[in-house]
Amino acid sequence: MGDLVWILVSAAVVNNFTLALFLGLCPFLGVSGKVETALRMGLANIFVLTMTSVAVSFLNAFVLPYAPYLRLISFIVVIASLVQIVEMAVKKLSPTLFRQLGIFLPLITTNCAILGLALFQTNRGYGFVEGLFFAVGAGLGLTLALVLMASIRERMELADVPDVARGMGLILIVAGALSMAFMGFAGMLSGA
Amino acid sequence: MRARTPLQAFTRGVWRENPVLIQLLGLCPALAVTNSVANSIAMSAATIFVLLGSSMLVSAFKRWVPHDVRISTYILVIATFVTVADMSLQAIAPEIHKELGAFVALIVVNCMILGRQEAFASKRPVSRSLLDALGTGLGFSIALLLMGSVREVLGNGTFLGYSVFGQNFEPWVIMVLPPGGFLTLGMILLVLGWIQRRAQERVTVRDWPRGVGAAASRKAA
Amino acid sequence: MNATKNAVTSADGQSIPLSVSPWRLVATLGGAGAVAGFLIVFVFGATQPRILAYKAKVLAAAIEEVLAAPEHYDTLFVVDGNLVSDLPNGADPATAEHVYLGYRDERPVGFAVVAAKPGFQDVVRLIYGYDPRSHRVLGMLVLESRETPGLGDKIIKDSAFVAGFTGVETPITGLKSGRKEDPTAPGAVDMITGATISSRTVIAAINLSLERLAPLMEAYLADGGRDR
Repeated sequence: MGDLVWILVSAAVVNNFTLALFLGLCPFLGVSGKVETALRMGLANIFVLTMTSVAVSFLNAFVLPYAPYLRLISFIVVIASLVQIVEMAVKKLSPTLFRQLGIFLPLITTNCAILGLALFQTNRGYGFVEGLFFAVGAGLGLTLALVLMASIRERMELADVPDVARGMGLILIVAGALSMAFMGFAGMLSGA
Repeated sequence: MRARTPLQAFTRGVWRENPVLIQLLGLCPALAVTNSVANSIAMSAATIFVLLGSSMLVSAFKRWVPHDVRISTYILVIATFVTVADMSLQAIAPEIHKELGAFVALIVVNCMILGRQEAFASKRPVSRSLLDALGTGLGFSIALLLMGSVREVLGNGTFLGYSVFGQNFEPWVIMVLPPGGFLTLGMILLVLGWIQRRAQERVTVRDWPRGVGAAASRKAA
Repeated sequence: MNATKNAVTSADGQSIPLSVSPWRLVATLGGAGAVAGFLIVFVFGATQPRILAYKAKVLAAAIEEVLAAPEHYDTLFVVDGNLVSDLPNGADPATAEHVYLGYRDERPVGFAVVAAKPGFQDVVRLIYGYDPRSHRVLGMLVLESRETPGLGDKIIKDSAFVAGFTGVETPITGLKSGRKEDPTAPGAVDMITGATISSRTVIAAINLSLERLAPLMEAYLADGGRDR
């Protein structure tokens, strides 16, 4: 059990997917300066990540031992299909949510965090349960990073930033500061 | 920007529409693997290989691919070349492959490559597509090498493993850690934006690439 | 109009895709898939031998280092609380836990075991050599670590730290530098200043692994070293 908790906490903060592993940067840097949108995007990601983790566990256990070279292609096919299914399901079950998520859902397919999760989970040899904890932790970490960045950007809109600095350069430097802050989580739960 | 000559198809990917610095695509690998120059070179080589290969195939077979399945086909082609690149790198340079980790495989979700197929290779002859791919790949490499050099020299005191500053240099370790990636790219973009702004105060706005400083150029127009 | 073109241009210049039969779509994807599959399988066949050879070489070098250059080694597997030299039918070698037994002059030198434990930043993976007869660790080599460069990564670079594991008695205790009363205490290792957690991780990884595997190793040797 301790191992599972470590996997979750490590994926969420110690080795945060966005701030330490550089996955999921497109939504992170491009998300509008609205905390609510960021939160919704993050939740959508958690959902897709968890489902991807389950699918990848099955692939790794039953299909890929016979054809390890097809790993990448099968992952992509699975991810694209999952996102398609999720999109259709959300559209059917909650049209309001679908409208609010808007363009974000299809964009999740090219979000390197999803494929990154599949690849990391495979490289580390996580089983079904470990993979789930990993996916949830990663999703939580992603959401945390997204929300933090969105709230900082909300304030930056009103701050006295020189015109020449406004834009992606400044956002990246803010991201760097966030990343440094998250380095403080290293060593958590490592009571040897 | 529409390329009027073959040379323009090549150069615009290198500078004007540099995929990393101007269009801000492919940032995941640009930040993750640039902690050393050797890794940057390897990642650039792998990406160029995938770009060239997929542009060539997509352009050669564009007549046979129905519109509805074109994205899936492009992704299949790209994924194939990425798998080939991954396996080849693992066989040729296993240590570097270990450092790059999963990021070689992540080339497949690099929006830059899919974007090139959709916007260019699927509509142009093979020779032009190859030039475009080469230009984009070169632009990508330049950005990566720039970042890799800054990060390795400052963060490790070495360049390609060779010590630059001598024994007494205390390396600025943060540069080879994740925050260093963000900070380096951020500083580069800030400097670029400043250069563009300065030059813009002398020339018309029409010729400027989109991206950094876009908001400022819109205000000045 | 070209028969294979899949869009027409309307009067105002818009490109309208022609609807295409589903068979054509499936055929395209199938064809692309076939070409892709062929290419991948070909490269796989060409590269796998080199990749496997490299992995074997790295493993052999690691075992050599922690067991002080044995002449050859046996690969054993942990199955149902026992060390066995052959896997039972149907078991997958890739998922079984491996333990290596090194020989010199046809006599067992010691076991080489891979252990892993979460460290400061991420999991630290190492290999260590162990002699169950003397209850001593023969050597330690860190295989993978993401510890802080300049601090935690000294578990790899600090040769004094690494050498401290050769001949140490188990279970190992870590001492902060300078606090060792008896410098030749058999079961103690000096931890790295400023990298306490990383040092402790290495020590704990070995201790935990031994807790689990030492009895198995002793039983294997007691059985004459050739357990069938």
